[in-house]
Amino acid sequence: MYKMTVLSAGPLSTVQDMGRFGYMRTGFSPGGAMDTHSMQLANILVGNIPDDGVIEMTMMGMTVSFSCHSVIALTGADMAPKMNNTPVEMYTAVGVQPGDVLSLQMAKSGMRTYLAVAGGFDLPLVMGSMSTNLKCGLGGFQGRKLQAGDEIPLRAGITADAIGKRVAQAENDYPDCIGVRVLLGPQEDFFTKEGIHTFLSEVYTVTEQSDRMGVRLAGAKIENIHGVDILSDGIATGSVQIPASGTPIIMMADRQTTGGYAKIATVISADLPKIAQARPGTRILFTAVSEKEAVSLKKQTERKRRGLQYLTLFSK
Amino acid sequence: MEQIRFLPLGDSAVTVEFAKEISEEANRKIRFLATQIEKERIRGIQEVVPTFCSMTVYFDPLRISRSKLEKKLLRLIETYREGSAGTRRVFLIPVCYEGAYAPDLEDVSKLTGLLPAEVIRIHSSTDYLIYMLGFLPGFPYLGGMDPRIEAARLETPRTVIPEGAVGIGGKQTGIYPLASPGGWRLIGQTPVKVYDPARETPILYRAGDYIRFFPITPSEFEKCRLSASEIEVREEPECTK
Repeated sequence: MYKMTVLSAGPLSTVQDMGRFGYMRTGFSPGGAMDTHSMQLANILVGNIPDDGVIEMTMMGMTVSFSCHSVIALTGADMAPKMNNTPVEMYTAVGVQPGDVLSLQMAKSGMRTYLAVAGGFDLPLVMGSMSTNLKCGLGGFQGRKLQAGDEIPLRAGITADAIGKRVAQAENDYPDCIGVRVLLGPQEDFFTKEGIHTFLSEVYTVTEQSDRMGVRLAGAKIENIHGVDILSDGIATGSVQIPASGTPIIMMADRQTTGGYAKIATVISADLPKIAQARPGTRILFTAVSEKEAVSLKKQTERKRRGLQYLTLFSK
Repeated sequence: MEQIRFLPLGDSAVTVEFAKEISEEANRKIRFLATQIEKERIRGIQEVVPTFCSMTVYFDPLRISRSKLEKKLLRLIETYREGSAGTRRVFLIPVCYEGAYAPDLEDVSKLTGLLPAEVIRIHSSTDYLIYMLGFLPGFPYLGGMDPRIEAARLETPRTVIPEGAVGIGGKQTGIYPLASPGGWRLIGQTPVKVYDPARETPILYRAGDYIRFFPITPSEFEKCRLSASEIEVREEPECTK
């Protein structure tokens, strides 16, 4: 069996893909990688389809060994990766020999690092996805986060010609002050003019109470008109909820599907990876943009990614 | 028909608001639209989440623009006809309302001034409409509970509520599909697995279905747990009043 053995797992390493779709109406979180952009790049670099399963590491990386020849790529936060104690590049397809040990440290900046292996992990799809749903204990590797001793089966799919491919403009420097663009709504009318002004002009700070469910912010309180309770309605990834405390929570991959707090705005798709990589202490300034702008930014990101996929397919 | 509003939920989702108050009528329209969307297979629509008074539609804006999507949805909603609903599904869910399965039944009896047997009789004699699923996979928000058995939530929520627990929280009743923290008063437990990831449909029911509870004894509970779940589902014509 081709396999990757976990020697040390880090605080939260899970198998993720683009998410589990089609089950939100029955209450299942979509899940999936927090930073889907980095996740797809990792797959593209090793020649996988962009939405194949990868491993998402949080803050602190894993140490793993390989039983076979393979090709790997690391994207997202720079965790100072080493292969057999020799530094290797992020955002680069790296060849692996049987017995090689890959070790990662603390993230220098950013929060999450993605590891893709050529051919992908040989794990079953549960309800159409390889993502780990920790709440339900399903998907991924035995429905849980990885721990030392785990042996993750690999699909045989060595694309040796991928070795050396890299993404020229690595995006792994995550600043500690970020601009995040939002579309106002659906319940911006629950807040006073001053409240909306506060939201769009004050600087908010990512707190330690942030996880895959939501990124909780500290900062100026946002004033509402008659409270923030609504009849529960649908949530999107990036929804900015304002609970009674008045400070925002940005709903992320493991969010609930519905919620009873008013949502002042939604982070645009193109800026979600920034939130996924924002570690506690990161300062955020929100700006409202138009729908047209949000869609055109999404289009640009997608086009760029498709361009990279094309390039990695045909060049070295 | 009440004015329908489209509320933007970022660049890839929109919430269609049908009404401001909970009503079976609005919920029927939501269900109708969900069914129509499924039938039409509109390019670019990824999935829908029906809720109390609205439905959220998730889409890929690179495949369908929001304005085009809204027009299509409006056209579908216009085809709704009062009384056009077909059959309804009623899931008969066995519940053991006794002993360790019902840790808060005594409290609910005290709070409501009804005998435990009365609470059970009232709780198990209604067809509850599933307005929406949320909070947990398969957690049903049910409508139609008799106000006589309303009971405030626990002041301190439990850290673990067992899978299958049936509880009352204020004006609502429901089932916990998997072990979870929660503050509802537990009056019974069902041996039926409403959530089973190995099943083709992991969640037994959908929004728009009905649930009716019926009492079983502890020994029936154990037997039922062993024989997995042969749940009776009644199909009956919808009464639209």
